[in-house]
Amino acid sequence: MSAETPDQPSHAKAGIQKQIQLPFSKAWQISLQGIRIRWMRSLITASGILLGIAFFSFVRTAGLFPIDMTDKEAVSASNRQSWLAIMALLVCFVGIMNAMLMSVTERFKEIGTMKCLGALDNFVVKLFFIEAGLMGVLASLAGWVTGWVIMVLLHLLSKGTEGMVSAFWIASVRELALSVGIGTVITLIAAVPPANRAAKMPPIAALRSEI
Amino acid sequence: MSAHEYVVRTKGLVKIYTMGEEVLRALDGVDLDIRRGEYISIMGPSGSGKSTLFNSIGGLDKPDEGSVFINDVDMAQLDARELAYLRCHTIGYIFQTFNLIPVMTALENVTLPTVFAGMPTDEGLERGMELLDLVGLGHRYHHRPTQLSGGQQQRVAIARALANNPSIILADEPTGNLDLKTGEEIIDLLRKLNRDQGVTVISATHDYKMVNVSDRVVWIRDGKIAKIEERANIDLQIGGMHGEEF
Repeated sequence: MSAETPDQPSHAKAGIQKQIQLPFSKAWQISLQGIRIRWMRSLITASGILLGIAFFSFVRTAGLFPIDMTDKEAVSASNRQSWLAIMALLVCFVGIMNAMLMSVTERFKEIGTMKCLGALDNFVVKLFFIEAGLMGVLASLAGWVTGWVIMVLLHLLSKGTEGMVSAFWIASVRELALSVGIGTVITLIAAVPPANRAAKMPPIAALRSEI
Repeated sequence: MSAHEYVVRTKGLVKIYTMGEEVLRALDGVDLDIRRGEYISIMGPSGSGKSTLFNSIGGLDKPDEGSVFINDVDMAQLDARELAYLRCHTIGYIFQTFNLIPVMTALENVTLPTVFAGMPTDEGLERGMELLDLVGLGHRYHHRPTQLSGGQQQRVAIARALANNPSIILADEPTGNLDLKTGEEIIDLLRKLNRDQGVTVISATHDYKMVNVSDRVVWIRDGKIAKIEERANIDLQIGGMHGEEF
């Protein structure tokens, strides 16, 4: 038998090349298609992100209206408000984590299948990065708008346009950036590491994983 | 020996699983040479190590010892990108559970390997339709896996396995989730592809219907090759094998 053992000099990889790296545009295209064909599932995941950020933005927007520092009740309400904002951040963190982890782990088998068909690890991760990033940005944006609009409407109903000065508008823009930033980062933290872990597994381990 | 006589060769394959205190040698020194164009069945009861052997040959799992040569290339020498190339171009996989991507249509599933191979979209779609016609599902190209029967899903999986003209088709219990008649149709299809396209078919199975069409049958027991039978011998024994159960 040993006489038949094929030699293995460095040129013995005859016929085997390096798998091509697909361009980013291809990953973008597949990710978009992924969101589209999983539309209902994507919406549910996105609403998890949206609700978390909406709660956060609602509480933060309430804090943007100037308060009368001589009014003791208003000051203590404002203190409660900052605790509420921290709570809101926690709630939205857990909510988004839950939604994204679920949506990634239920696709471990798909990751294993794609690897069997010749997908490179980093391509699989790229798909999930783009998908999670897009959902994170769009859902956080929608969430911020939802929370902000509801708070502003409530304010208009009770106090009219009082306090809606230029400082309020500037602060709103800052809050928008903060909310979208936080929402997107949490989404990516929840989605990319597990996708990366699944992509690095031997395909059979990813295929076998049950949830 | 002609360099390309053997499409797959394994040398002293060992795979060890440790479960708590217990050490299980799922593969215990397997040497197997598979000829180009052969239809080979790996038979054995569940837990015999046949799936482990299948996964090692397919590069889906790494053996603890020993080597797998595909077209005389040692798989252990390949880096991740070369391994991906091998999975994309050289081997087509078929699974017991079909493993189609549920949200994609039949055509999209079949086309996916051509995407990874970098084939232009139009060409890939054309290739996909050609393959779906080949497995008799051209008219159902826009259906999702959930809208197809088990047999039809397995046909889609076979079409997908052929997408990049592989030299090997690896089928793990391809009839395991199918009824008798559908299973036979799948076996006939695999045999036909093996004859017409010259693709080597390696199938892990405990389905006796497979024995009828195989050129050789490899019997695995306790992680070792118990015996290898050539087709000529199988024909003689087939009468006595019916009804025998593992």
